[in-house]
Amino acid sequence: MKSAVIVFPASNCDRDAQTALKQLTGKDPHMVWHQESALPDVDLVVLPGGFSYGDYLRCGAMASQSSVMKAVKAHAEKGGAVIGICNGFQVLTETHMLPGALMRNADLKFVCRPVKLTVEETQSAFTRKYAKGQQITVPVAHGEGNYFADDETLNRLEGENRVAFRYAEGDNPNGSARNIAGILNEKRNVLGLMPHPERVVDPLLGGEDGKALFQSLIETLA
Amino acid sequence: MVERTDTNMKARVFVTLKNGVLDPQGKAIGNALHGLGFGGVGEVRQGKVIDLELKETDEAKARASLKDMCEKLLANTVIEKYEIELKA
Repeated sequence: MKSAVIVFPASNCDRDAQTALKQLTGKDPHMVWHQESALPDVDLVVLPGGFSYGDYLRCGAMASQSSVMKAVKAHAEKGGAVIGICNGFQVLTETHMLPGALMRNADLKFVCRPVKLTVEETQSAFTRKYAKGQQITVPVAHGEGNYFADDETLNRLEGENRVAFRYAEGDNPNGSARNIAGILNEKRNVLGLMPHPERVVDPLLGGEDGKALFQSLIETLA
Repeated sequence: MVERTDTNMKARVFVTLKNGVLDPQGKAIGNALHGLGFGGVGEVRQGKVIDLELKETDEAKARASLKDMCEKLLANTVIEKYEIELKA
């Protein structure tokens, strides 16, 4: 699997994503600067966590206007896989590649801790190596991860089995509607999620529950 | 650098959360005001003000262009609404 990690000014999980991808695919991912207007030939694009453009205006708003995002959109339109983690999820909603918005956490606090997630959907390139209903522990680290969408959109996401991950009952860290932690687009080739699977791919880092996500992609795209 | 002189119109854009969208910041501000003894304060909602200078003399054109700016960048219309104020 060939991959690229997009680097925005103030991305700060780009190296984590790079390390995880290298460790699991055996290949160095391309690190692509936000001013690029073309992507290298890759199967997967990762929009990493961080505070792109200092979170100016709204989280992900400036990044959504960057030249590299036009190329990322085109990659997704051709069926290429895109995963947005944390700030990357915010960028995906701001570019309207995923519905809804990520608002300030309900208690206004930045939350940085492991959370329990339930894998809701295994029919996707990102989640096929998990078991449906499997409970995993993955860290979150964000101040604006409170997923919001109108009821019609939420019903549609659920009806089309596009909620990939939910916070386990009683472990919703940010007030997200219907405990939503990660969603798929209509074509199921774009995933956005607030938790950081790239931070749990090695027991040295405290867990391996994120590994199956990357292994799912490797199996599907390699 | 963007040339900022020689503008002939000023605009103020108000970006606020849509009705029904929870505003935890507004709520915290309200609580703080109560803590300061302003017991008469009801619901508080907060938002953004963006001031822009425009090189435009035609008001209708300025409005149309500002609306486009709001839809494309200044507001996230999933959660926010906007109002435009023009000053010649």
